[in-house]
Amino acid sequence: MGMLLHTVLFYTFASFLIGAAIGVVFSRNPVHAVMFLVLAFFQSAMLWMLIEAEFLAIVLVLVYVGAVMVLFLFVVMMLDINVEAVRKGFDRYAPLGIGVALLMAFELIQLIWLRGKGAGTADGFVPYAEGYSNTKALGSVLYTEHVYAFEIAAVILLLAIVAAIALTMRKRPGLKVQNISRQVAVRARDRLRVIKMDAEKKP
Amino acid sequence: MMLNYYLIIVLAPLAAAVIAGLFGRQIGRAGSHWLTILAVGISCALSILVLKAMFWDGAASENISLYTWAVTDGLHMEVGFLVDRLTALMMVVVTFVSLMVHIYTIGYMHDDPGYQRFFSYISLFTFAMLMLVMSNNFLQLFFGWEAVGLVSYLLIGFWFKRESAIFANLKAFLVNRVGDFGFILGIAAVVMFSGSLDYAIVFAAAENIAGQSVEVVPGSMWNAMTLICILLFIGAMGKSAQAPLHVWLPDSMEGPTPISALIHAATMVTAGIFMVARMSPLFELSETALAVVITIGAITAFFMGLLGIVQNDIKRVVAYSTLSQLGYMTVALGASAYSAAIFHLMTHAFFKALLFLAAGSVIIAMHHEQDIRKMGGLRKYMPITYWTALVGSLALIGFPGSSGFFSKDLLIEAVKESHWHGQGAVYWIAYLSVLLGVFVTALYSFRMFFLVFHGEGRMDADTKSHLHETPWVVTAPLILLAVPSALIGWFTAGPVLFEGYFGTAIVVAPEHDVLRHLGEHLWHGSWALVKHIYVSPAFWLAASGALVAWFLYLRRPEVPAMIEAKVSGLHQLLVNKYYFDDLYIKGFAFWGRAFGRFLWQKGDQLIIDGVLVNGTARTVGKLADVMRQLQTGYLYTYAFAMIIGLTALLSWLIWFR
Amino acid sequence: MIGLHHYLVVSAMLFVLSIAGIVLNRRNLILLLMCIELMLLAVNFNFIAFSRHLGDDTGQVFVFFILTVAAAEAAIGLAILVVLFRNRRSINVQDMNEMKG
Repeated sequence: MGMLLHTVLFYTFASFLIGAAIGVVFSRNPVHAVMFLVLAFFQSAMLWMLIEAEFLAIVLVLVYVGAVMVLFLFVVMMLDINVEAVRKGFDRYAPLGIGVALLMAFELIQLIWLRGKGAGTADGFVPYAEGYSNTKALGSVLYTEHVYAFEIAAVILLLAIVAAIALTMRKRPGLKVQNISRQVAVRARDRLRVIKMDAEKKP
Repeated sequence: MMLNYYLIIVLAPLAAAVIAGLFGRQIGRAGSHWLTILAVGISCALSILVLKAMFWDGAASENISLYTWAVTDGLHMEVGFLVDRLTALMMVVVTFVSLMVHIYTIGYMHDDPGYQRFFSYISLFTFAMLMLVMSNNFLQLFFGWEAVGLVSYLLIGFWFKRESAIFANLKAFLVNRVGDFGFILGIAAVVMFSGSLDYAIVFAAAENIAGQSVEVVPGSMWNAMTLICILLFIGAMGKSAQAPLHVWLPDSMEGPTPISALIHAATMVTAGIFMVARMSPLFELSETALAVVITIGAITAFFMGLLGIVQNDIKRVVAYSTLSQLGYMTVALGASAYSAAIFHLMTHAFFKALLFLAAGSVIIAMHHEQDIRKMGGLRKYMPITYWTALVGSLALIGFPGSSGFFSKDLLIEAVKESHWHGQGAVYWIAYLSVLLGVFVTALYSFRMFFLVFHGEGRMDADTKSHLHETPWVVTAPLILLAVPSALIGWFTAGPVLFEGYFGTAIVVAPEHDVLRHLGEHLWHGSWALVKHIYVSPAFWLAASGALVAWFLYLRRPEVPAMIEAKVSGLHQLLVNKYYFDDLYIKGFAFWGRAFGRFLWQKGDQLIIDGVLVNGTARTVGKLADVMRQLQTGYLYTYAFAMIIGLTALLSWLIWFR
Repeated sequence: MIGLHHYLVVSAMLFVLSIAGIVLNRRNLILLLMCIELMLLAVNFNFIAFSRHLGDDTGQVFVFFILTVAAAEAAIGLAILVVLFRNRRSINVQDMNEMKG
């Protein structure tokens, strides 16, 4: 891949990423915000792909965009949020917030760009050798060195599943559900009673 | 061997007091009085044994340190006994009078609901008084001093439902605080100059102390010994009710009569006298202090006696008489005739306890009527009380041959000889006071005696119909006290005063030793003294006092009222007790309370409570009201705060590090 | 030449934008969650860039775990959000000030 193309692609993806982030923050409609977020993730995946972190790029798209973002979208659409109400009260603290954010941005960029320059960091990344598999390399450390952490991550995910279900499950009163075990266990005498009585009143 | 005796003497009354006090309900009334009487009886018997060992068998005095309570900065605080002849005498007097009073109380307090409590208190008092007299150091002396003060307080207010009793015990407590303040300062001064609380060490260092000076007020140097002695004597003034700290003693008569006899006549009030006698090695080194002592004593002896003439409450008459007699003892101390003071203390303990108990007997018979104007003619109803009271009164005025005669007459002679005070005001005030005091004593004693026992009965018919002699538990102590009151002077005056009974227990500087001088020139045995009575001005004054009393109150009862009318100003002065109470109550107490109220309302309520305590809380509350505005409860506020913090940290890292 | 620097700057901009989002957004809880996701993304950027720069794959393993935890967090966060909405009929941030002092 040519150097120029590489640079052009980077700036394209990066500008789309920043634009998408701006969209997330400033969009009025939550559905739009989620869509911008999806775009941001896609652009990130692209940028990661550029520096040969393929596995994570794919994971980001598949897992994050495919699962988490869809979940977000689901929830946003499920909840009936008043868009107009969301709009209100946006501006009051905006100057302060923007001021702090700008200050931070200035400081970070100063730190990275001005101080870090000359430490060899502005040079390009060293490309991987031919036949290198990012997935294989990650897997070989993940399942050896970090296997405990990996197991813990699995447990955390399980926990998240259980917690999410436990949190959202509820019993609604007055709901007509079948109780199978009771239905099976029922006996005739529980249901039927034979009463002996005269057909009519005695005179 | 002897140590065990001492321990039993001290601890038996304490144990009895504790048991009767804490388990009085369980052991019952009879149990309480038998227990305490048994304990005090044991103490008394063993005290007599100790006295016998000291006096007849010639046992040496003992100085035993039992227990070191604390050591701080080289200062040993110990519990210990110093038993010498002075102590032994005091022990016998205390336990004997206490035993009599215990027995008497069975009759006097017969119907009182606080019966067990009373016995517990008086046993406790006996313990405390014994601790005081047997102490071998200043700390234990102070302990006993305060403990008898405490019991005195409890017993004056024994009938705590009476407002006057509570007023009286508070007054006694407060006035004693003044004296005790001086006393503890005196002890502190002793520690400061000698570095020890132990009598023996302090006395050994006495010469050294006397050589030092101390700046009491800026620009005025005092001899250290004078300072110590005057401070200690202030303590004695409080405890022994010397003017101007005498005001509590008459009011203490609000307590039950046995208490008046035991504590406020025979024993506790003489603690000051005992203390000064015990401290004789110190006092001997300061003539200034002795001059103060003799002056205060003389003033008390004469002027308090005068007040006895105008009192109408039978117990108060005796109380003022006690004040006056304590003044006599103090005068003797001031004249360096310590032995005479202790001797008078002893005889006074017997005859004054007798007089109080007799007065109590009269009060029982009169159904707790104490006004002598409503009495009269009791002689034929109460013969035992009459005769014992007569013995007591005669001893008090110094009838030849009675115990009071020996002690008081020799005391007056000793004062007369105390020329080392110079021929100035101090000497003449002292001598004339004690001399004229004899007349006054005779006058008020027989005024009371005649008004109570002779003449017309002035009580109402109902009381009159119930008059009868009191039960044996009351009269037996009277008789037992009447015997020493009448006779003890005959065979003790010589040994105690002139034949060196006290040995080294009392130290008198040679140039102050009036008793030795008397022993050489005046004393030729008891009988000789009685035979030559007609040369003694005191005798004639006493006789004339009794005669005047007879004339005024039996022969011509209308005369006193005329005299009252003639000198109404003087009479008012006496009736109002020289306005001391007014001075104290409207002066010190009023301003003290005003000051206290000021501190309470302004200092405590306004500044401490208002500004410091509540003000702090209020300030915190107000501050919190402001601060809680930061806690909006909104998530983004907290997040924002974190972000600001993060930014600040970043700024610091980038720019300022 | 595109190197560490460029990635770090992009990451910083993402981070600052998400901070601005948290501060500016006063209404919607979901938006807060999304901003947090964005912030995590910025962090991941740093990890990957440094991992590549230093030639150490551990950084990428870290990103893997972060993604895992972020997914779990998102799931639980959204579950809480749903319960909240069910109970209060609102996910307005300004309605939630029970912690107010």
